[in-house]
Amino acid sequence: MTTTETRPESRTMTYRDAVREAMSEAMRSDDRVFLMGEDVGEYGGCYAVSKGMLDEFGYDRIIDTPLSESGFVGAGIGAALGGMRPIVEVMTVNFSLLAMDQIVNTAALMLHMSGGQFNVPIVIRMATGAGRQLAAQHSHSWEAWYAHVPGLKVVAPATVEDARWMLATALEDPDPVVMFEHAGLYNMAGELPADSGPCDITTARIRRPGTDVSIVTHGGSLWKCLDAAEELADSGISAEVLDLRSLRPLDADTILDSVARTHRLVVVDEGWKSVGLSAEIVAIVTEGALWELDAPVRRVCGVEVPVPYAHHMEEASVPQVPGIVAAVHEVTGR
Amino acid sequence: MPDRDHLLGLLRTMLLIRRYEEKCVELYQAEKIRGFLHLYIGEEAVATGIISALQPDDGVVATYREHGHALAMGVDPGRIMAEMYGNVEGVSRGRGGSMHLFDAGAHLYGGNAIVGGGLPLAVGLALADKMQDRKRVTAVFFGEGAAAEGEFHEAMNLAALWHLPVLFCCENNLYAMGTALRRAQVQTRLTLRAASYEMPAWDVDGMDVLAVAEAATTAVEAIRAGGGPHFLELRTYRFRAHSMFDPELYRERSEVEEWKTHDPIENLKDRLESDGIMSSADWDAMEADVADVIDTAVAFAEAGSREAIDDLVRFVHSEGVSA
Repeated sequence: MTTTETRPESRTMTYRDAVREAMSEAMRSDDRVFLMGEDVGEYGGCYAVSKGMLDEFGYDRIIDTPLSESGFVGAGIGAALGGMRPIVEVMTVNFSLLAMDQIVNTAALMLHMSGGQFNVPIVIRMATGAGRQLAAQHSHSWEAWYAHVPGLKVVAPATVEDARWMLATALEDPDPVVMFEHAGLYNMAGELPADSGPCDITTARIRRPGTDVSIVTHGGSLWKCLDAAEELADSGISAEVLDLRSLRPLDADTILDSVARTHRLVVVDEGWKSVGLSAEIVAIVTEGALWELDAPVRRVCGVEVPVPYAHHMEEASVPQVPGIVAAVHEVTGR
Repeated sequence: MPDRDHLLGLLRTMLLIRRYEEKCVELYQAEKIRGFLHLYIGEEAVATGIISALQPDDGVVATYREHGHALAMGVDPGRIMAEMYGNVEGVSRGRGGSMHLFDAGAHLYGGNAIVGGGLPLAVGLALADKMQDRKRVTAVFFGEGAAAEGEFHEAMNLAALWHLPVLFCCENNLYAMGTALRRAQVQTRLTLRAASYEMPAWDVDGMDVLAVAEAATTAVEAIRAGGGPHFLELRTYRFRAHSMFDPELYRERSEVEEWKTHDPIENLKDRLESDGIMSSADWDAMEADVADVIDTAVAFAEAGSREAIDDLVRFVHSEGVSA
């Protein structure tokens, strides 16, 4: 007997829509999930991520908060302790410093301080990154500060598929997850494969296989690295691009495995170089695969200035394709 | 007039806290207890009175000066002592110590040593109760020093804005560590802070457990009836130093002595004796009973064990879930 299977089609959607779909679907399937943050309701989200959700879910589940980052993030933590599954949106990582006490001193520490009694199932989402001429107090990449903290999981979806599915998995997690969304990605359209579904939130992915160099990156820089790899291919250099996806824990196995095959490493991070995420990646490789390296590593990172407003200066302050290409040429010697 | 059992119960709880902490001082001097040890001696009426007005299901968020709250909630005195010994039998497995007593069964959510840090947490617990139609009340304790923190104002505003079942209990002992309230805050009438958030608020003699219990009962009933958050300023005094490291340079000895004449335990004891509710034999029996509880607690802690160092990195993430 033959049947006509209705196979779901792959869909094209923006990163913004993917995050919204992830939140909406979670809220449809689990009454414990709600969204709280500044301007998430009537305004529709400062990046329009939650636009329309108030209409579907109402004021009880899409909660506009006052400008009280510490207060409402702390309230989210309390709600998580009280049996809910809050999604708390903080407008940008810069503003999240006002809530850092609650994220670090409460959410991250509570399970341990209580000897395993109180876990905190909360997802804290925030925008990160430069590229929109928003100047120094809206443009930084401080993922590393949170990735430093035991007790947190830190994720940075870079693709539409990850934006759609990492959030779903984060909401299943019994412990706090901090999710970084590069603001430059919200408008990016991409394909959501028909067979995509729940995925892990702790491993890295090879986004482009290659043999001559490993480019390790995350978030908004992924696409610059892929462009750089394309350009390098024209000069006969095969670059492997590794998307970390998870910044805590870091997937050392995938990083070391890649370096063991390519023998060269370039780390690309919009965050500042000193004492940052890129330093940690290099340390992992130094500890785990030093003898695999055929050349000194190179880092392409945010220049150590506050992100400036002027377009040309902002561009110069964060990694760009030519800088990534140049670093690869350096480590490959060709 | 409350019934005899209730009155004696309040007295016994306060006496347990007092004697328990006096024992803690001994054990600290004997180096059985280390780290910070913040004593509640002098302030017993506050936790005792407030918690007497709560139901077993209600939540409590406390500060780093929370031995009294844990004891008043009925947390096992032996497991509290074991915690201070740093033993695995402790309420927080020895991971928390004196400042981080937690007990899920008793709904004690810490033990928070970030001043003001517990207030947003209480707001969230109450939000969860409201969202799930539970009739619980969450009582959050904090010192007057916390009223200078941003989190105090953020939490008060959120609780009032969302009409949440929170009882804000400000334990005003006049000093934030060594800084007097009048030297740190312009508005020293703390109930006015609550009034600015349109929250019912009144100040209470925190040295009188009956006054505290009565105020708390009124507030808790109003909250449970849907009256939104309430604020109590409990005027009290810490008889001992801030912690075991405090030379007390910031207050006069005479001030401490004056406050000691308002000792909440002595006051209630005298009252019950002069009213003929309690005999001196009753008192002696209460002392003996409390001493027994403390001896048992200390014996439990003494017989305890250290957690294996191999377990060091446990409880960073929930167990039984792949990382």
